[in-house]
Amino acid sequence: MFSESVLKTIFGRLSLESFPIHEPILVATFIGVVVLGLGILGAVTKYKLWGYLWTEWFTSVDHKKIGIMYMILGVIMLLRGFADAIMMRAQQALSFGANEGYLNAHHFDQVFTAHGTIMIFFVAIPLVVGIVNYVMPLQIGARDVAFPFLNNFSFWLTVAGAMLVMVSLFVGEFSRGGWLNYVPVTNLQNSPDTGPDYYLWALQIAGVGTTLSGINMVVTIIKMRAPGMTMMKMPVFVWTALCSNVLVIAIFPILTAAFAMLMLDRYAGFNFFTNDLGGNPMMYWNLVWIWGHPEVYVLILPAFGIYSEITSTFTGKRLFGYSSMVYATVVITILSFLVWLHHFFTMGSGASVNSFFGIATMVISIPTGAKIFNWLFTMYRGQIRFELPMQWVVAFLLTFVVGGMTGVMLAIPPADFVLHNSLFLVAHFHNVIIGGVVFALFAAIDYWFPKAFGFKLDPFWGRIHFWGWVIGYWVAWTPMYVAGLMGVTRRLRHLDDATLQPLYIIAGIGVAIIAIGIGAFLIQLIVSVINRDKLRVGNDPWGGRTLEWATSSPPPNYNFAFTPVVHELDAWHDMKERGAKTPNGGYLPIHMPRNTGAGVILSGLAMVLGFAMVWYIWWLAAVAFVGIIAVSIGHTFNYNRDYHIPAEEVAETERAAAVAGA
Amino acid sequence: MLDQPALLPRLARAALIPLLLAVAGCGDVLDPAGDIALQQRNLIYASVGLMLLIIVPVMILVVVFAWRYRAGNKDATYDPHFDHSTSLELVIWSAPLLIIIALGALTWSSTHLLDPFRPLNRISAVKAKTNERPLLVQVVSLDWKWLFIYPELGIATVNELALPVDREVRFDMTSSNMMNTFYAPTLAGMVYTMPGMRSTLHAVLNKAGDYEGMSANYSGAGFSYMRFKLRGLDNAGFANWVGQVKARGMSLDTANYLKLEKPSEKVPAMHFASVQPELFQRVYERCVTPGTPCMSEIMARDAAAGGGGRDANEAGEGMPAGRGSIPREKPDGALFKDKQEIEPAPHLSKPPTSDVPGATDPASPRNRDMSFLLLPPAPGSAGAARG
Repeated sequence: MFSESVLKTIFGRLSLESFPIHEPILVATFIGVVVLGLGILGAVTKYKLWGYLWTEWFTSVDHKKIGIMYMILGVIMLLRGFADAIMMRAQQALSFGANEGYLNAHHFDQVFTAHGTIMIFFVAIPLVVGIVNYVMPLQIGARDVAFPFLNNFSFWLTVAGAMLVMVSLFVGEFSRGGWLNYVPVTNLQNSPDTGPDYYLWALQIAGVGTTLSGINMVVTIIKMRAPGMTMMKMPVFVWTALCSNVLVIAIFPILTAAFAMLMLDRYAGFNFFTNDLGGNPMMYWNLVWIWGHPEVYVLILPAFGIYSEITSTFTGKRLFGYSSMVYATVVITILSFLVWLHHFFTMGSGASVNSFFGIATMVISIPTGAKIFNWLFTMYRGQIRFELPMQWVVAFLLTFVVGGMTGVMLAIPPADFVLHNSLFLVAHFHNVIIGGVVFALFAAIDYWFPKAFGFKLDPFWGRIHFWGWVIGYWVAWTPMYVAGLMGVTRRLRHLDDATLQPLYIIAGIGVAIIAIGIGAFLIQLIVSVINRDKLRVGNDPWGGRTLEWATSSPPPNYNFAFTPVVHELDAWHDMKERGAKTPNGGYLPIHMPRNTGAGVILSGLAMVLGFAMVWYIWWLAAVAFVGIIAVSIGHTFNYNRDYHIPAEEVAETERAAAVAGA
Repeated sequence: MLDQPALLPRLARAALIPLLLAVAGCGDVLDPAGDIALQQRNLIYASVGLMLLIIVPVMILVVVFAWRYRAGNKDATYDPHFDHSTSLELVIWSAPLLIIIALGALTWSSTHLLDPFRPLNRISAVKAKTNERPLLVQVVSLDWKWLFIYPELGIATVNELALPVDREVRFDMTSSNMMNTFYAPTLAGMVYTMPGMRSTLHAVLNKAGDYEGMSANYSGAGFSYMRFKLRGLDNAGFANWVGQVKARGMSLDTANYLKLEKPSEKVPAMHFASVQPELFQRVYERCVTPGTPCMSEIMARDAAAGGGGRDANEAGEGMPAGRGSIPREKPDGALFKDKQEIEPAPHLSKPPTSDVPGATDPASPRNRDMSFLLLPPAPGSAGAARG
């Protein structure tokens, strides 16, 4: 008895039984992760890279390095989320009639929950934030973001959330409530296990990071633009980044509040979302979707910005209808708050409420349609170079309009009554997220990679990557549209009707084709690094139009030796036309922020806090919480937070870059 | 009005031919058996037709422009300064606007006409409404099966819903615990069933036959098997079926309901010859267990004695003391648990050879996490017949 009580004090509800040693898939994955992890750690130790990684990367407050780290996080988590997708597709392709497939309900439900959660929170958001982080300050001619330390801290909080999700794979389990952790499935009565707690803590920690990053980006865009860059001279990508981050600031507190209330339900016996005692599960649905629908635009608006930059660069034209593009972006930002109820028309809100939200949803397709036309007429009378980024744009235009159409179908309440919760709905949002956001992110990687590293990505493997995704997407999701029209609903672990099996098998083949695309992407990165000398290009390989191409590739720490002065939209194109010369003398010392490890330490403590709360290890939670407060206070006494790059060093860097870029 | 084979739906139908071919024969949504589902399908056709008016030209233009203005084509005009045109801007904003105005009008009228709360205004396209009262069916989603109560007939079924053809039906729905959606694709669109709430759906089945129904909203481990048979019977057949249920079913009293309510999967159809009166109301008000106060009682008590009553001195006065008033067993929040109460959390997918009780204790919450839960000895199963 005594020892049991001591064990509970030390380990809370964690016990040897909490480890999934009876799950062969998880054990094999764990062994794989350990082997790979030890390999990487060993290599880092052998080549004595710890110091380099710590001082140059982990503690870096340079927006470019943080952007790259966000991208690496996003790609790693993409592999995890895609592994979940393969497992789901395999289970659904097998599990017909007497065949129960290979995943039990407990496991399958965690897989689809983890897939959605990871793909949105730890793939799409980090990749979008990473691109914005890297590109936006360069496009506005800034030295860094407004709050460099906050940027580093936001990144590591996101990592802490992602790590908690990954830990749940091997210690305990993940939520089974779907990607939004729906009550009543996840209230304390129905899920007393650790799953929903992992979900809540992981997303609360990562959510703080995303909110802080949103504040940082908005302040940067408002306050740090180069002289002459008025709002209507900002590149479209900066506009979309601004609107996206304004949305982040507005919506993430709602999600945090909703999750906090569910936490109070689970930890303190409150009744916000319980079935009894005045609780109301539907309130949770409303709150998460008031966050959830604008969140879609948090992701897609920067994607629209990416397409705009690429289209205008590769057609060799100014973007058609710049101001209407800006107004369309702002209109979408505002309207995105008026549509959340279309996620549950079938809840019985009544005809007038449903009509309002249905029509509001359709109205969003007007500015979106205008944007499509703007890209179309940018191509009109252009000279289109079909390099990799531009290929993604054309694939996006053809794919996305179909997703837009099915979206408007779902916005008509009576039609939604038969299509809601069906595979048609699932196919729709994969259509817009893959065809809209994912294609944009890959286009952005192909487009800005030479800026970040000084060499292009290998075009051959890039084409395989491209076709793998485009063909794979259509093969995987067309059958799901069809199945949805046949009345097949989502999240089914098992189906009785064997006539549906061919559709699921085709979908499985589609996912295999996408897997080829993802494999080609990784090979493309490796091959490009190996052949980097052959692929090396100058500072402005695509004939760019915006300021990021005005500096060297990769840019120096300080981005611009002299802050550029902007006279026109497409400022760099304007400078090239007017034959502006980069000055090569008269450098001044540059004031820079100093690296700090506080972000890493605070986020590590936040992760420990989350883990301790999940397992009811109260003493550890208390220690971690006090630690966070202490480190935060300690960090405010760190006065050694800036330095100057001497003018000679700037001159030397600029001279070297001019030689390399020539 | 929505079923008129107008030009637009026809156009849309032509565009949907490839899809229809793929779906032929088993497309539930596109091949409805009920008037509401039929009108919803026609709405899908009409909206697709309207949108293809703009989608198809855009897709063609994308391909044409991409080909014509490729850098290699020296014949194409290159005009780097073509970046604004007021007339073109007017067109590209107004074309989608016009489509959305048309779709918005369609949405407003159809949402009101096909509102699930609204009684039908016709039986089918060719049959007007009669004076016959709608058949009332009360639907309760249990974990993980469907309970259908026919209060006027005094019978109930599990996982089998029989409906007389061409008779308006009013479904009143609630849930015992999880949120589900009641969805029979051939009959009408889906509506959520929610604990402590009552939702309503009006529908009619126009063709006799056997169809499938299901929960479309994920509700936990047994969700995949939460399906029911929908049987469309003519009047004689329906009367006959009611007779059969009455002849060989068991009784659904409170005790049997409480057994039935416990989580179970893959439940075969069950028949109950009699039903406790007011059972649905008590499920909806969350007071089936004897001794628990119903929601309406709690609200009446609050209104009379406290929680803002006229003579109350402070909010909540007159309410029963704290935890004593909990109508249902509810676990303490983690922070308020004593050390003894904190149970180690074993990995839940452990095989049932461990201490997961399974069929020996069907009420144990751990059973929710087993895939292959053995069926508890459900009430009525002795007299149950497969539908």
